[in-house]
Amino acid sequence: MRVSFNVNGEDVTADNVWPGESLLYVLRERLGLPGSKNACEQGECGSCTVYFDGVTACSCMIAAGQAEGREVRTVEGLAEEPGKGGDRTLSTVQEAFVEAGAVQCGFCTPGLLVQTDDLIERTVGAGRAAPDDSEIREALAGNLCRCTGYEKIIDAVHLAAERRAAAGSTS
Amino acid sequence: MATTTRTVTDLTSTTKDGVGASPRRPDGTLKVTGEFAYSSDMWMEDMLWGATLRSPHPHARIHGIDVTEALRLPGVYAVLTHEDVPGEKRYGLEYQDQPVLAFDKVRYKGEAVAIVAADHPETARRALERIEVDYEVLPPVSDSRRAALDPEYPLVHEKGELPEHPEYNQSGNRVRYQPIRTGAFAESPSSQEAHREALERLRAEADAVVTTEYEVGMQDQAFLGPESGMAIPAEDGGVDLYVATQWLHVDQRQIAPALGLPQEKVRLTLAGVGGAFGAREDLSMQIHACMLALRTGKPVKFVYNREESFYGHVHRHPAKMRYEHGAKADGTLLYATLEIIVDGGAYASATPAVVGVASSLGIGPYEVPNVLVDAYGVYTTNPPCGAMRGFGAVQACFGYESQMDRLAKELGMHPVDLRLKNAMAQGSRIITGQEIDMPLPMAEMLERCRDLPMPVERTELEDPSDQRTLPGGVAGTTRGEGVVRGVGYGLGLKNLCFSEGFDDYSTARVRLEVVAGEPVVLVHTAAAEVGQGLVTIKGQIARTELGVEKVVIAPSDTQVGSAGSSSASRQSYMTGGAVRTACASVRAEVFELARRKGFVPQGREDVELALEGGKVVSAVDGVLVSLAELLGESAENGTVVERTREYHHRPTEMIDPELGQGSSHTQFGMCVHRAVVDVDVELGLVKVVALDAVQDVGKVMHPQQLAGQIQGGSTQGLGLALMEEIQVKDSEIRNPSFTDYLIPTILDTPPMRIDVLEHPDPHSPYGLRGAGEPPTLSSTPAIVAAVRDATGRPLTHAPVRPEDIVGIDL
Ligand code: FES
Ligand code: FES
Repeated sequence: MRVSFNVNGEDVTADNVWPGESLLYVLRERLGLPGSKNACEQGECGSCTVYFDGVTACSCMIAAGQAEGREVRTVEGLAEEPGKGGDRTLSTVQEAFVEAGAVQCGFCTPGLLVQTDDLIERTVGAGRAAPDDSEIREALAGNLCRCTGYEKIIDAVHLAAERRAAAGSTS
Repeated sequence: MATTTRTVTDLTSTTKDGVGASPRRPDGTLKVTGEFAYSSDMWMEDMLWGATLRSPHPHARIHGIDVTEALRLPGVYAVLTHEDVPGEKRYGLEYQDQPVLAFDKVRYKGEAVAIVAADHPETARRALERIEVDYEVLPPVSDSRRAALDPEYPLVHEKGELPEHPEYNQSGNRVRYQPIRTGAFAESPSSQEAHREALERLRAEADAVVTTEYEVGMQDQAFLGPESGMAIPAEDGGVDLYVATQWLHVDQRQIAPALGLPQEKVRLTLAGVGGAFGAREDLSMQIHACMLALRTGKPVKFVYNREESFYGHVHRHPAKMRYEHGAKADGTLLYATLEIIVDGGAYASATPAVVGVASSLGIGPYEVPNVLVDAYGVYTTNPPCGAMRGFGAVQACFGYESQMDRLAKELGMHPVDLRLKNAMAQGSRIITGQEIDMPLPMAEMLERCRDLPMPVERTELEDPSDQRTLPGGVAGTTRGEGVVRGVGYGLGLKNLCFSEGFDDYSTARVRLEVVAGEPVVLVHTAAAEVGQGLVTIKGQIARTELGVEKVVIAPSDTQVGSAGSSSASRQSYMTGGAVRTACASVRAEVFELARRKGFVPQGREDVELALEGGKVVSAVDGVLVSLAELLGESAENGTVVERTREYHHRPTEMIDPELGQGSSHTQFGMCVHRAVVDVDVELGLVKVVALDAVQDVGKVMHPQQLAGQIQGGSTQGLGLALMEEIQVKDSEIRNPSFTDYLIPTILDTPPMRIDVLEHPDPHSPYGLRGAGEPPTLSSTPAIVAAVRDATGRPLTHAPVRPEDIVGIDL
């Protein structure tokens, strides 16, 4: 079958899609967007998290056909100047993750970045208070990380929230 | 607001981006943009997908394999079985005992029997369903105790099938048997009668005796990046393999003979590794992908899914342990005995080394004058077990630390005081007779850990009924009634680097040249970056040693000599040592050049020179010349200084097969944990409130990455304490998924305070000690001790299950 949707602002079409394929598979293997990860393909780890029509979801649990006509945003679309290549800037959340040491093997990172981006936008991005530790833990409870013990991830979220809040007030 | 604090205290940094600083990971940007190419991201236009047919039985004879129907399926390019293995039909890390593809027999459920290459993963899966295998099912050989001790128990490998290893007392189902005898037990090493008499005498002398059986469950490394990679056939008849592994050269050493190719025709490049923790030390899809690529002439990609991953790699050895400790009334330990049986499953993997560690460190860092250890690693038809972070030492640590707590209770002592009373220190000898010839500040660490600030009491919380602070969390299983707090301590001693006579080394190639007017260092090794941050450390060392800011880390591949394994906490030590040595050699050459070219003032040839800020600097005359001037632009025939150096650690020896004596270890590392838990004693639910650690690392190379290692390691220990166990019944895995095999989420993981000490090891580069494993040892017993403290239950099984806490026998 043929599936057409929008990824990171671009309209894309995948042909010869087998109906059993997931959105994750189509992104990774047919559209050249392997940033979303495939740690479990069972909806248990969050490494494949993407925005699906603006809501975070596990792309391994979405059948390719369900994506028809939808808007998808992946880790590749988080950077502030997507698609420009070269030394494009990182988004606030991406920057914070590298800086805080929240990235080790990095396999959990793309999913965590999308989930964190969502949390930040829902809170400081919407003029609300920065999330505290408990809120961060709740928001990221569906994203497994085997390397870090999560402490540096929490640091990164705080850092991103702080910077996003500062940016929000100046813009 | 959150009331807990999360602090990483007093980690110093010095040189800018050099050793001791916390520069950003060079792969960090790629990893956050999604561009970092993991092994499962490999992609080529005309690639095929590989898939593996695995045995549905733990133990069966194979009478025939029919692939005809599978080959008929459109889109299928090849179906291969053991008959198609071009070279050696078995491989293995230590014993060459594992078939590339099963022949005659399968010895565990999930063993690879046939492989397929097809144009789509689903086509490949369907082809697997069409392969007919004629199995004669045999009863499983699943009891590790019988495998160790019952000579009548059926053999997993027929006699004569395997190479013999007398140095390990290998026989029957025993992969290795290692006794250790000291004090009264050494007098007549193999007389059981004499041991019994000695034991009776010691028991009579002791004021307190504790005897307990413990079990440690089978833990999974649960790295997130599945086994995967791509093999590409090459024009010279060889193959290029992009793969996630821990040790490129040991893979190459096993793959090439199986393919019937010389080593140089099997070229490996490290693809992005999504965590390892020991699970990638053995081969998974490597030989299979190469076979299919060579057969079809096309690139072949493999990606295991999570369930297959549970069958596709070795796990942590489950252990059965019997400990007895006797002490005087003041707490002085008099004797200890240990029988430990680790289940290696169907194939040896790292089992001999695991037994070597479990036996030599079986009693922990305590002075005990009379010790009797019998350590067994066995074959069964259970899932194969091998390396996982802290191997052998993790299991023993749960046992000896639990014993210390029981003994302290028996004697009415504080658990920390009992440990202090018997603490080893520099100059002590472990039970193999090996002297600890480096700092071991165990007493200092224990005291510091005990004195760390405590988390606030539940009653002092802003809102004690906030469910997020309670066991069970937002599931709302309690409002605080029945919740009891407990505190526990654990410490662990781990050998770091490879042990027992292995000539361990790493190789580094370092090149210094001037590019666009700027000195640049290229560092090339074959070492596997598995997430730990070795890529950062290599750059820091080059900066510190060569005084150059710009460092490029080349991809790891087999075009340079072996770096050894990214395991045993050894890479900062070994590959760090190799990079440092190669840099020193480059530096010496640069100084020589400066002298030859007349930049060193006459009569001052002996004055000490240094490289700083891209310049050659003399202690007397200041800046002599910039590297840019000295070397000249490399593109315009400038000088390129390149050196390749191997770094070996000091030699070690085997422990002998009778008394278990010998200096087998390179380095010792230690961590101490204090855990604070809240337990819902009615439902058996645990919330870890704090998990604080004190670790001596000799020298902090990168404060931020070090914290990541300690916190990550502590969390894996938390998993083993409370939730992680591969359930094996009749040799079959019951929970091969992240739905049923639970690893700690961010909700399960507490704030982790870290206190780091730096007592340098005089034998290692920069005085550093490997840091990755020790926290994984001590965190488990500390948490279980805290749960015991809260509940009063014996809790002899790790992980602790809810039914153990509430006292129901399921
Ligand atoms: S890969 Fe989708 S949740 Fe794990
Ligand atoms: S960094 Fe490796 S899984 Fe999170």
